[in-house]
Amino acid sequence: MFAYANPKRFMEVSAPLLPWLAGATAVAFAAGLYLSVAAPPDYQQGDTVRIMFIHVPAAWVAMMAYGFLALASLIGLINRHPLADVAAKQAAPLGALFTALALITGSLWGRPMWGTYWEWDGRLTSFLLLFFLYLGYIALWNAIENETRAARAAAILALVGVVNLPIIQFSVQWWTTLHQGESILRRGGPLIAAVYLWPLFIMAAGYTLLFFTLLMVRMRTEILQRRARTLAMGGPNAG
Amino acid sequence: MSAFAALLARDIRLAARAGGSAMLALGFFAAVVTLLPLGIGSEARLLASIAAGVLWIAAVLANLLTLDRLFQADYEDGSLDLFALSPLSLEGIAGAKIMAHWLTTGLPLTILSPLLAVLLHLPAAAYPALLVSLLTGTPAISAIGAVATALTVTVRRGGLLLPLIVLPLLTPVVIFGAGTVLASIDGLQNGGIWFLAAFAGVTLPLSPFVAAAALRLNLSE
Repeated sequence: MFAYANPKRFMEVSAPLLPWLAGATAVAFAAGLYLSVAAPPDYQQGDTVRIMFIHVPAAWVAMMAYGFLALASLIGLINRHPLADVAAKQAAPLGALFTALALITGSLWGRPMWGTYWEWDGRLTSFLLLFFLYLGYIALWNAIENETRAARAAAILALVGVVNLPIIQFSVQWWTTLHQGESILRRGGPLIAAVYLWPLFIMAAGYTLLFFTLLMVRMRTEILQRRARTLAMGGPNAG
Repeated sequence: MSAFAALLARDIRLAARAGGSAMLALGFFAAVVTLLPLGIGSEARLLASIAAGVLWIAAVLANLLTLDRLFQADYEDGSLDLFALSPLSLEGIAGAKIMAHWLTTGLPLTILSPLLAVLLHLPAAAYPALLVSLLTGTPAISAIGAVATALTVTVRRGGLLLPLIVLPLLTPVVIFGAGTVLASIDGLQNGGIWFLAAFAGVTLPLSPFVAAAALRLNLSE
């Protein structure tokens, strides 16, 4: 696997892959958004139920991004793989963005449904912490000048922060406060009608594809930037 | 005297003497707790209900203030490099420093806290919980703080970066620490103290290794 993952090989493989990934993202969003709007209004929530289609996938991808970041950090730390460092570094701002998106859409959904923009509930609080974890990770990367050293330090921080993921996942079971419990990946099947489940899954696919498309663009940019810097310094690997 | 004990004694002496951080942290702790009623209002019932949270947050902040001295000063004057060359492993060094930090910050804060709790009208029933929770939780603060400072030791003005890294990791300590004290006001036990003990029980043995890994990468060059 690692033989195919050196930066040069990555640039070669990702270049033709990128348009397909971007195209798939566009298709998934087109289908997902159409189904989201076409779904009937909920008998209790009315049209606000549609917020679910942009809120829930954002939250899923925000958590997946942290899992990805932690995995890339682990590989970077153990195998000293530069591409893994690049992947982790570039996943962080995206993860922070999706976390912010989940928090904002959640709060806009909470206002009509719960009557409040914010509640210090287990899941909301742990998600806010996820946002701060991302910010701390990004800040640490930017604070250390030496790139390899920054990558290692940030990787250690990312792995320490992994403890927050299960807390987010199980917070709705541990503290039964305002945020509803697990209603999709539960024993006994989902609690959501199929007309809502399909758009949700397609939107989730769209968000995931969007994450990886943007990640690929960011990683390519980072590698090109590093090459440009090496060229400018006239380094041994120039060209 | 073993290298571990020597390092421990040295750090405690440094913290206790002039310019050390032990008294500063206590002063800061007392100042925050004193300032709060002046800002929020000194009504006894209001203060009693927020006393637990105030004491816990002030304790965390006072710890934060002293964290950058854990490795930073030794890194800057080069003594950390000398320690790394000593027979004591980096894990041992981190362990000794965590212990010294707790003995000079967490422990004095815990001892001072009942006095400040009187100023905040904390109900008498909550004092044992306050002491036990601080005694259990503050070692975990030192342990997690050591990891974060080891990560940022080469960063100039790392003091500004530190809170952003440490505070998200410390929230369980604050939640369960203050939660235990709050519950004990009503004579309840909410199990928070066990979460706190478990948290400390996991972070204390692991943190010297993580901190040593962070130091190793920062010292390698």
